[in-house]
Amino acid sequence: MSKNREFYWRRLHSLLGIIPVGLFLVFHLSLNFTATAGEESYNNATGMMELVPHWLLLIVEWVVIYIPILFHGLYGIFIAFTATHNVKRFGTFRNWMFAIQRFTGVFLVIFIAWHIFQTRIQKALGAEVEFSMMEEIVANPWMLAFYIVGILSATFHLSNGIWSFLVSWGITQSSKSQKIASYVTMVFFVLLSIVGVAAILAFV
Amino acid sequence: MTTAVETTGRTVKLEIQRQDNANGSTRWEKFEVPYRPGMNVISALMFIQQNPVTAEGQKTSPVTWDMNCLEEVCGACSMVINGRPRQSCSTLIDQLEQPIRLEPMRTFPVVRDLQVDRSRMFNALKKVKAWVPIDGSYDLGEGPRLPERKRQWAYELSKCMTCGVCMEACPNVSEKSSFIGPAPLSQVRLFNTHPTGAMNKDERLEAIMGDGGLANCGNSQNCVAACPKGIPLTTSIASLNRSTTVQMFRNFFGSDHMVD
Repeated sequence: MSKNREFYWRRLHSLLGIIPVGLFLVFHLSLNFTATAGEESYNNATGMMELVPHWLLLIVEWVVIYIPILFHGLYGIFIAFTATHNVKRFGTFRNWMFAIQRFTGVFLVIFIAWHIFQTRIQKALGAEVEFSMMEEIVANPWMLAFYIVGILSATFHLSNGIWSFLVSWGITQSSKSQKIASYVTMVFFVLLSIVGVAAILAFV
Repeated sequence: MTTAVETTGRTVKLEIQRQDNANGSTRWEKFEVPYRPGMNVISALMFIQQNPVTAEGQKTSPVTWDMNCLEEVCGACSMVINGRPRQSCSTLIDQLEQPIRLEPMRTFPVVRDLQVDRSRMFNALKKVKAWVPIDGSYDLGEGPRLPERKRQWAYELSKCMTCGVCMEACPNVSEKSSFIGPAPLSQVRLFNTHPTGAMNKDERLEAIMGDGGLANCGNSQNCVAACPKGIPLTTSIASLNRSTTVQMFRNFFGSDHMVD
């Protein structure tokens, strides 16, 4: 990386976490949530994606999902491993959030890599992405647990990431506004987690 | 001169992490010093300096530490006391759980025992130009006045004594990263507020937009919790985040004006 470009890489990392990666997560979990209305409802919703021409879908996938998430994930690992955690000495709420943000981030790189292998790559190899695919995956209780932890990590990482985004771009400055942003983002975490976990449990 | 020492028979137990030189190995030594009312950590250390004998009765070398003003203004005597970085002058023995454990602030290079080298902080102040330039080849005249309300507010930021406590508390300040840390960042906000200092505010913002600068903050907010002077470090950082956002767009889209 060229010299004195760190500021811009960090800001790009912060921005990409919200747009498009964060937006994609909300969209993805909402789409999965259709599974709570039954197999047919989920297959109809995911079937909508088949209406998009394949070449366009590939471009959108690479530009909106793969490239941003790859940058965010790899640069995020670099950020995570430059930290020296000290929650034992400083057990404040924000310091815990700092630590959990990094742990969930590293875990998500592993989880998402596995998730893409199990779904998208299998699709590319000829498997059909539909209700039964996920049904088979979460039939294994360990896999179900892995997915639930992955979903909760993702919803937490996004919610707390929105909080950090607001600070990093200088939107919330006062301690009061930062505190209110903490409450709002934590409510968002709970709501998005309910959507995500309800969706995965619908496949059980 | 001899001072009448009020002896109470009570003692204060201390455990000190020793290190003979910069790259030396560390060891813990126990000490027991006679209690006196109103003692601070430094007075206990001074007793050990006069009687370098461990609690087990073994002779040892006097413990080394830094100190200067003894009234929490200079920032030199910071160390980790019972796990928390703070000034050994203003930390009273009566308020501490015993045994009192003293360690150097390991985020800095240790010189010897409890003495650390805080050079990186002073280098950071140079890097961010934490001063008001008033020298010229001709008389620059008087600068604009600082409004009183702003002065009162800026005074709080000016209380920073470069003590290093925020650096020790910050999880992102370490040999693993080049982060300059919270204290020098807040100084940028102070000098960019000063009407004469603001004439070079773009230079300071550019400096903290460099490697190891502002963007390395991970928002753990330990600094503001640890600062002995109650400086709103995280508000300063968030405020600078906004200033650098504006500066970033100005650098790319902006006009030919440097400052405003």
